[in-house]
Amino acid sequence: MSAIQERLSATWQRLLDWWDRLSRPQKWVFGIILFTAVALSPIFTPSFLDTPGISFGGTMAQFAMIAIIAVGLNVVVGQAGLLDLGYVGFYAVGAYTVALLTSPESPWNKMGPTGFFSAPWAWLSCVPLAMAVTALTGLILGFPTLRLRGDYLAIVTLGFGEIIRLLADNLGDITNGPRGLNEIAFPHLLESQQHPEGVFSASNSRGDANYGTWWFWLGLVLIVGILLLVGNLERSRVGRAWIAVREDEDAAEVMGVNTFRFKLWAFTIGAAIGGLSGALYAGQVQYVAPPTFNIINSMLFLCAVVLGGQGNKLGVILGAFIIVYLPNRLLGVHFLGIDVGNLKYLFFGLALVVLMIFRPQGLFPARQQLLAYRNAARELLMARPSEKEPAQ
Amino acid sequence: MTAPRNDTAPETVKANIKDLAGFHREIHAGVGEVLMQITDLTVKFGGLVALDAVTFDIRRGEILGLIGPNGAGKTTCFNAITGVYRPSFGSVTFDGAPVGRIKRHQITRLGIARTFQNIRLFSEMTALENVMVGADARHRTSVPGALIRSRRHRREEHEAIERSAALLHFVDIAHRGGEKAKNLSYGDQRRLEIARALATEPKLLCLDEPAAGFNPSEKSALIDLIRKIRDDGYTVLLIEHDMRLVMGVTDRIVVLEFGRKIADGLPTEIREDPAVIAAYLGVPDDDIS
Amino acid sequence: MNLAANITFNVGGLFDNFWQLTIDGLSWGAIYALVAVGYTLVFGLLRLINFAHSEIFMLGMFGAYFALDMILGFTPSGNAYNKGVFLTVLYLGIAMLFAMLVAGSAAIGLEFIAYRPLRKRNARSLTFLITAIGMSFVIQQFVLFILPKLISGYGGPNAQQPITLVQPKTQFTFFGVAVSNTTIVVIVSALVLAVLTDVAINRTKFGRGIRAVAQDPATATLMGVSRERIIMTTFLIGGLLAGAAALLYTLKVPQGIIYSGGFLLGIKAFSAAVLGGIGNLRGALLGGLLLGIMENYGQALFGTQWRDVVAFVLLVLVLLIRPTGILGESLGKARV
Repeated sequence: MSAIQERLSATWQRLLDWWDRLSRPQKWVFGIILFTAVALSPIFTPSFLDTPGISFGGTMAQFAMIAIIAVGLNVVVGQAGLLDLGYVGFYAVGAYTVALLTSPESPWNKMGPTGFFSAPWAWLSCVPLAMAVTALTGLILGFPTLRLRGDYLAIVTLGFGEIIRLLADNLGDITNGPRGLNEIAFPHLLESQQHPEGVFSASNSRGDANYGTWWFWLGLVLIVGILLLVGNLERSRVGRAWIAVREDEDAAEVMGVNTFRFKLWAFTIGAAIGGLSGALYAGQVQYVAPPTFNIINSMLFLCAVVLGGQGNKLGVILGAFIIVYLPNRLLGVHFLGIDVGNLKYLFFGLALVVLMIFRPQGLFPARQQLLAYRNAARELLMARPSEKEPAQ
Repeated sequence: MTAPRNDTAPETVKANIKDLAGFHREIHAGVGEVLMQITDLTVKFGGLVALDAVTFDIRRGEILGLIGPNGAGKTTCFNAITGVYRPSFGSVTFDGAPVGRIKRHQITRLGIARTFQNIRLFSEMTALENVMVGADARHRTSVPGALIRSRRHRREEHEAIERSAALLHFVDIAHRGGEKAKNLSYGDQRRLEIARALATEPKLLCLDEPAAGFNPSEKSALIDLIRKIRDDGYTVLLIEHDMRLVMGVTDRIVVLEFGRKIADGLPTEIREDPAVIAAYLGVPDDDIS
Repeated sequence: MNLAANITFNVGGLFDNFWQLTIDGLSWGAIYALVAVGYTLVFGLLRLINFAHSEIFMLGMFGAYFALDMILGFTPSGNAYNKGVFLTVLYLGIAMLFAMLVAGSAAIGLEFIAYRPLRKRNARSLTFLITAIGMSFVIQQFVLFILPKLISGYGGPNAQQPITLVQPKTQFTFFGVAVSNTTIVVIVSALVLAVLTDVAINRTKFGRGIRAVAQDPATATLMGVSRERIIMTTFLIGGLLAGAAALLYTLKVPQGIIYSGGFLLGIKAFSAAVLGGIGNLRGALLGGLLLGIMENYGQALFGTQWRDVVAFVLLVLVLLIRPTGILGESLGKARV
């Protein structure tokens, strides 16, 4: 076992080293090519990639949503080092915010003549609201709990995640309980005769450019935006504070880092991103119900982050891809009379256990970039002659 | 004024470093005046009295040594001064204002910075990034500014990089600035800790056994560094075990034993003080001279 | 907005049935307590939240079922068997022993396969947590998909056909409280096991070994205490108690033997352990009993659907107000 493990990890390491040796522009070119390929994949799906049992566009849409979650959770777990086992709660709050405001079965529905949302723009307007509400939830949740350390924080967040789900399940008068909320709004874009409700509607379910694909493209755009924003945070005192908190919280405090405030920020930002993904989910599936937001999904999100390599925001996206794509790929494949796609949790469990033994840092090491002006820093460090006049 | 690169370059860079790494903070106490006054400081852990009515002062611009045998209460005193422990009794006044119950992360805002006896760097961050965490503490931009890369954010980021790089030059580890802290040599790690502490622009720099684990040549290099720090305007409080180092670099010494102050004065006085010699009973005379 | 329609405030109902609710709550609490011990001992010793402990419990349930079904030859039926007190107790005893065997072995296997390799590699606590979650998935999915292929009729998405050995019947009334036979069996068995465990931890050489390793593993090793053996035995004890609790659980809920049957109970037991003071043996017992009672009160007060919420709300409250629990953490502090 050990020889195979060494070979695998050596090959992987070689790949990583090759990537490191590329120059910045080269990496960008690669990135753009890869991005375009991924974006076009639902249209030109190579057969080895295709998912026979289920819509490929839909799978990719799901991937985009989980990728957003992974980036958000990475901020909390990977960067700031806060063990959050209840992240699915934020997903739920985002989804339910959109649902409660737009579903005709909800008592708080704001659609139609009495409300202030008009059908085509309702979903879009709800998204920032969903993010704001979720961020507020994160703030409220974080305030009392972030003074707990390590394992205790993990348990408390787990408890809160379940409480949110149980509230959704039991407050039936508002949330329609286990029956869930239906007919949630979605963006009406590119309406045509063929697609009277726009390309994002579930009625657009045939062909390659089905509604799954459109949601996937929307998700991709959002992912890029979030990566840029989170990247900005990383390359600032905020990102450095987070890593400092993760590495040695006490030393960070003594060095002047207001650890509680930055932990709260991490939590709130992570929550907002989770809420965004929830809003996407609600709009795409157009139906939210409590069973989706259970502990198992919380664990799966954590798996995506751990698999990809915590602290590496691109790595966790790959982790999300693995988690979403593989089970869908294997759906319909039968082995010994069992539909292999159903074994996804079994495989994930095994993969996790094996990974934690042999490569606990995940597939991609954390390659954090914490300086906004790396080249300037490099120059200053090399004591190259400064053109500046000495200050008077 | 573009002078040819090779001859004026080192001077220009050096002048810049001195400017960026030097002491610029607003401070009330004049040079030689009392910067920190510790009066009747008492710290109890349950029934154990770790510090018993300790009184001394630290003057601006000096290097004060705090010594004593193991268990004397040096680290406790240190922690009480820097706000890590709450004193059971007594007071600490710093730069004219009393040090009350402050939150730990506000210690640097007061103007006190410290290093740790067992090095506590942020191992996964590079040396430069470690120092920048210290420099960040003096800045005001936070999440909103960073998100949109506001002008103030960009300016503060530049300033932090310049100052941190200058500090790395100051402690002479700039050539390793881009490496992860955990990969640095032991000596470089100690220097890095000092640079990080200096980045917070402290009025008082507290060094907790900075020479632990050093060989004699490293120790004398450290002495030079500490002197350089003081010459640039900082005030230094030094806990150390190594007598040679303490005698060689400090201006004044305070001696603790069993939580009490037993002596206080110039190094030459301390060396002859019978109470101090008795406290260190068993230590051969050569080590004290 | 009718929030009130979903949450009743049935204070009258609570007071009318107070003692009944308390006694019944104690019998639930006894089960929680036994499972909680497993969580608390492992946490106290290794600072590890053994997420897979709920699956150990679940395997214990299947073990009990197997004993009744295959070994003792009862066939699943809707009716109870009622073989008389002596025989029933005997059969239950056999089933419990078998459940303990299965759960205990599973616990040891878990430690050996999943946790020991991590300890050898000095993994950090997040790694242990992820592995525990992974093993939890693996065991559940194994019972769901693989077990039916190994033993026909076992596992799969549906619960096992219940085998009811004894019909729950009120044995006697005590100041207006009806005490049923199942309640007696559960409380008595749990009491005996709890006392045995307490003695084992507090008064034996082995128990001192646990406390030594919890406080200072290096020194304990120097004193001749085998750390690995202590850890193995701790997992074993937790597994045995979980197996016993599993049998008792099937007495109360014979239709609850299903791959997902351990999950909720595990979380509740864990909350109980935290409530009583994680790392503290008596805390786990106390916490379990308290949780059982509180759940019953909560159900009476707020409505049946809020029963499960009680555990989580208590969990969160305890962690926010007094994270060390009622009796405080103590395995590492020479006072179990």
